[in-house]
Amino acid sequence: MKGKGTVGLQLRWLAHARSGDKGNTANVGLIALEPDLYPLLVRQVTAARVARHFRGMVSRVERFELPNLNALNFLLHDALDGGGTISLKTDAQGKVYSTALLRMEIPVPVALARRARAQRGAH
Amino acid sequence: MSRIVRIAAGQGFWGDWLEAPVHQVRDGPIDYLMMDYLAEVTMSIMQKQKSRDPAAGYARDFVPAMERILPDLAARGIRVTSNAGGVNPRACAEAVLEAARRLGLKGKIRVGLVTGDDILDRLDDLLARGHELRDLDTGRPLTDVRPLVRSANAYLGMAPVVESLRGGANIVITGRVTDTGLTLGPLAHEFGWGAEDWDRIAAGTVAGHIIECGAQSSGGNLLKDWQRVRGLERVGFPIVEASEDGSFVVTKHRGTGGVVNVASVTEQLVYEMGDPRSYITPDGVADFTTIRLRQRGKDRVEVSGVKGAPRTGMLKVSIAYFYGYKAVGTLVYAWPDAYAKAKEADRVLRARLKDLGLEFEQILTEFVGLDATHGRLAGKADPDAPEVQLRVGVRTREKAPVERFTREIAPLVLTGPPSVTGFAGGRPAVEEIIAYWPALIDRREIEPQVRVELLTA
Repeated sequence: MKGKGTVGLQLRWLAHARSGDKGNTANVGLIALEPDLYPLLVRQVTAARVARHFRGMVSRVERFELPNLNALNFLLHDALDGGGTISLKTDAQGKVYSTALLRMEIPVPVALARRARAQRGAH
Repeated sequence: MSRIVRIAAGQGFWGDWLEAPVHQVRDGPIDYLMMDYLAEVTMSIMQKQKSRDPAAGYARDFVPAMERILPDLAARGIRVTSNAGGVNPRACAEAVLEAARRLGLKGKIRVGLVTGDDILDRLDDLLARGHELRDLDTGRPLTDVRPLVRSANAYLGMAPVVESLRGGANIVITGRVTDTGLTLGPLAHEFGWGAEDWDRIAAGTVAGHIIECGAQSSGGNLLKDWQRVRGLERVGFPIVEASEDGSFVVTKHRGTGGVVNVASVTEQLVYEMGDPRSYITPDGVADFTTIRLRQRGKDRVEVSGVKGAPRTGMLKVSIAYFYGYKAVGTLVYAWPDAYAKAKEADRVLRARLKDLGLEFEQILTEFVGLDATHGRLAGKADPDAPEVQLRVGVRTREKAPVERFTREIAPLVLTGPPSVTGFAGGRPAVEEIIAYWPALIDRREIEPQVRVELLTA
């Protein structure tokens, strides 16, 4: 996956996110931190890769595009261990599932990775 | 310049910040105060309270909140829309009228009372006539759990809210009216929007969605640049400044904390979203991929371009049924080897539950501080972690095994691995699980039953 001159970068440097629930499905809205990063997210954060990231934790992933908001919406099915009041999980309603997606790494050009991290105050 | 209608969010759920409605009314100009109290399972909690006390079953916070601001509302002509009525909107309305009389506002407060969403007493008739009320997620017919059903309410849209306002209500009290209908209703009333003006209906729905969770669109729970969000101790709840054409600005009162920017509004827009092209409400279908956001000055985000489609023939029904019991026990283990100690405690606990012959539908162990929110994605546990909280939950249909589980936590303090604390709270509580059953029903079964009554203090 990683080509020459690219490096793996966690989504936290490229996007912000919020999640919620509908029954046993968690939704994660992933929003580009800058509009010019959105095409990269569309290309790299596919439903298949998100499903791989969460393998064993969700049954199926759907993706919807919102180019007007520079956002992608993911539905993570069967993510909440029953969901709602049935689930025993601390995060029964998927409120912070969004942050688990921000751990995912995607390949980006080295220069972009350096710039994205520097902009968010990382070393 | 065209007329602006200001709708302010005062509560985003039952349990939200009690000072918010007071600030919304006193800190700047508004025309309407929107108070949303109902989440998916709230109705069943209220039903349980009503079964114990016929005068209960609504969001009790609403009455003291109104009592604090009724004089301001009356003096400035601010009107309120709220689904605080829960499963007993009549009792809620009477309590508010009583509060108005106590404050000497006799004759000055008119309450619009909306009923007809509650179909608990009609369920058997509906089932007998072929409405299966299948679970939208699992496809099971409601007959599978019928004897266990505790509450059943159809989601109503803006129509009864509009009718109440047209009748002169200062305060509209409903049961299960959609969160968005509480904002859309006043806009449709003020601007005379038609029920089939799908783009404006969609725009008002989007406005409602943006403010229905209170400060979650004005800096609360905002992830982007969260360190730069200032003044959350006096966070300004969001306000929609709407125009007749359906465009609006999201803002908050001057001098309040938090922030309204494209990021804060976008995070709220994607919250609890399904297919963004069809956000379905009783009033219409909004296409979230048509929304345009623009920053128009400090703490002002303009929303425009929203397109909508006709409403469907069905209404969503929120059904709650008794599922079983659960309990969660926690203990804290300290460095050194905190995680190893917590893991050993979990092993001991599970072995004891097994020896007792207790059976559970599920036993879930989490190590708070290590894996509770991110699971295996959190990576390898830090062997040097200063502390780890062991959190074990159990669930089953019968009460007795859960009850016994709650008595097996404390003994671990003296009979398990060392360096354990955090047990001051006593035995964990056994909780009844009331589960959610979403279904659809033909709107023609519901709408003829919806009533609006106008009651004067």
